[in-house]
Amino acid sequence: MNELLTQSLTYIRSFGIIGNIFLILLQIVVVFVAALLHVAYATYWERKVIAHMQLRLGPREVGPYGLFQPFADGIKLFFKEDIIPATADKPIFYLAPVIFFVSALTSLAVLPFFDGFVVADINVGLLFLLAMSSLGAYGIVMSGWSSGSKYSFLGGLRSASQVISYEIAMGLSLVGVMIMSGSLNLSEIVRGQHAITTGVYAIPQVLGFFVFVVAMFAETNRLPFDLPEAESELVAGYFTEYSGFRFAMFFLGEYTGMLIMSSVGTICFLGGWTLPQFVTNALPFLLFVPGIVWFLMKVYCFMFFYYWVRATLPRYRYDQLMAIGWKVLIPIALVNIVFTGTMKIMGWF
Amino acid sequence: MDNLFEEQEKSFETKQLTISLGPQHPATHGVLRLDLLLDGETVVKCTPYVGYLHRGVEKLGETKTYFAALPLSDRLDYISSMNNNVGYVNAVEKLFGIEAPERAKFIRTMVAEMGRLSSHIIWLGTHVLDIGATTPFLLAMASREKILDLFEILCGARLTVSYPRVGGVRNDVTQEFLDRLYEYVLEFPARMDDYETLVTENRIWKDRTVDIGIISAEEAVNWGLTGGTLRGSGVDYDVRRYAPYDAYDKVEFDVPVGVKGDCYDRYLVRIGEMRQANRIIKQCIEKLPAGPILADAPKFTLPPKDLILKDMEHLIHQFILITKGPTVPEGEVYVGTEVPKGELGFYFVSDGTGKPYRMRVRAPSFVHASVMPRLCEGGLIADVIANIGTIDIVLGECDR
Repeated sequence: MNELLTQSLTYIRSFGIIGNIFLILLQIVVVFVAALLHVAYATYWERKVIAHMQLRLGPREVGPYGLFQPFADGIKLFFKEDIIPATADKPIFYLAPVIFFVSALTSLAVLPFFDGFVVADINVGLLFLLAMSSLGAYGIVMSGWSSGSKYSFLGGLRSASQVISYEIAMGLSLVGVMIMSGSLNLSEIVRGQHAITTGVYAIPQVLGFFVFVVAMFAETNRLPFDLPEAESELVAGYFTEYSGFRFAMFFLGEYTGMLIMSSVGTICFLGGWTLPQFVTNALPFLLFVPGIVWFLMKVYCFMFFYYWVRATLPRYRYDQLMAIGWKVLIPIALVNIVFTGTMKIMGWF
Repeated sequence: MDNLFEEQEKSFETKQLTISLGPQHPATHGVLRLDLLLDGETVVKCTPYVGYLHRGVEKLGETKTYFAALPLSDRLDYISSMNNNVGYVNAVEKLFGIEAPERAKFIRTMVAEMGRLSSHIIWLGTHVLDIGATTPFLLAMASREKILDLFEILCGARLTVSYPRVGGVRNDVTQEFLDRLYEYVLEFPARMDDYETLVTENRIWKDRTVDIGIISAEEAVNWGLTGGTLRGSGVDYDVRRYAPYDAYDKVEFDVPVGVKGDCYDRYLVRIGEMRQANRIIKQCIEKLPAGPILADAPKFTLPPKDLILKDMEHLIHQFILITKGPTVPEGEVYVGTEVPKGELGFYFVSDGTGKPYRMRVRAPSFVHASVMPRLCEGGLIADVIANIGTIDIVLGECDR
């Protein structure tokens, strides 16, 4: 099997640049389809997990155990009437969900899912991810601004300030990882982790990991930081006026964002597709399990954490959210950077 | 430098935003409409508008006999219809000058406290849901469902029960009902612990409710607040204690009071009330005396159904009572009862005929809705939501 793969790869590569483009396109298709399927089933699992936490059953009508529910939802949204408010700023209204969704999907390009499998193995992968997640905020702000609704407007403004504040905390929390690995390339970060004793950066970088996890919730607008779409205050926040497939794009974008944040957490703090060396030394047979399995398992743990938190916590108030971001998370992240830098210079890391 | 800053401030014009929260808004618990004038996220002015659910209950009451108007009281606060019924029949009994027998009083106390539990469970669920926690809501609703099932066993209806009658109750309780209720009562404290684990000491919950919507004891009294909303400010006023009706003077219960009068205190007060309600139900089951369930006052109570079917005189008597109504002493009467939302008062003016000349309902929700500007102005828009939950209003009662 492996031989066949290597042979066919060599054959395709023999076509030169066209072959390489074909390979990249193939990779893009694989990643795109896999990611969208994950997003579809992320919604299903969220509903199931939260339902069971709340003494309910969750979806179970469409297909066996309700497994076709995501597709039913997708088809329904696709055929819904596309309503545009009369007061909306139409071009921006059309553009906003596209920006939101595309910026989320673009981030997938730099994620290494397992050793050697990454669409674009660029040197500034981490920066690219942060840039793309900030770009997604434009989609939210534009949708809030262009909807012509006061609720959307407030939601959009909230989102802008929230994403900007937490972008800083998140960026700073990842600086520790950059210092330790000495690289912004995500594959290199994973390899760097594999080389150290603990096998994961989450242990030496415990402060950074904490800040990252909190900022992760804020970045993806999830409870307890889902203020931009706080349904009890702002009806649905920035996407109040959206319907049909435009709404679905926001929805997909949000879940893609969750997947990406989970992947970043996995890659930067939990060792990506690798297992810590002391684990594989003790249980060598685990080496036969493909790396993608470990990667996905770690991502699913993050996703489950998202669901769990959503079922447990109430929502913060807007000013409290800002206070946490600026007065707690950013100082912690800065302390972490100083600590990590000192350790690096002393040669302990 | 300061000068420059000031100039910039002047050139940067800001505008206040008017936002209409409701009448169709997920957090307004019905059709309350609040016109909010916002400066950024801060509420500058809050104007509540009520009346979207006005059905003219008071005027309707004047067109019906005292017996026939009972179901109207169900539709006031439709979440705690049992308590409204109890309040209604107590007022009418005082007007008629009759008293329900002991057993009926205990049954009424018991079902009223069940109604209080069911209403407070909804309050807890929706209040917490508004703040963003979904799980306590669903756990609480599962618990409320059992109370509704018990109501169904008791009288066949789940929501609009109309179970109490002038001079007693509609039918006696069965042993099966008492057994299942007792089972529920024993299990309920554990359910309460479940909700409290998720909410009471939750850091985010405290951040959202402590020091929000503070109203001092004096102000609360001046605004006419009653019920948990008043007791949260530290005023020990409970109609059940202050002017006991039914069997409340024969059962033991505490009245929880708050200290500061913020949302968190009101939350704690209502949580305490739920535990007390549970305690009262337990005592009622244990102390339930034997005896008749309808007062022996043939002029004012409907004759039993089996006699109506057998006996001509009773048939005629029932016909007269239903169509013309009883001959009521002239005068006026006000009876306030402690419903889950506060003090629900019924005021009747009788002109001697079978129908009230004037029926007036003192609705706690109406009074509580009026305090919204006092609680919300100066706060943030998110606090408005916390305040709506904490004053615990039902618009059916507010608009009448």
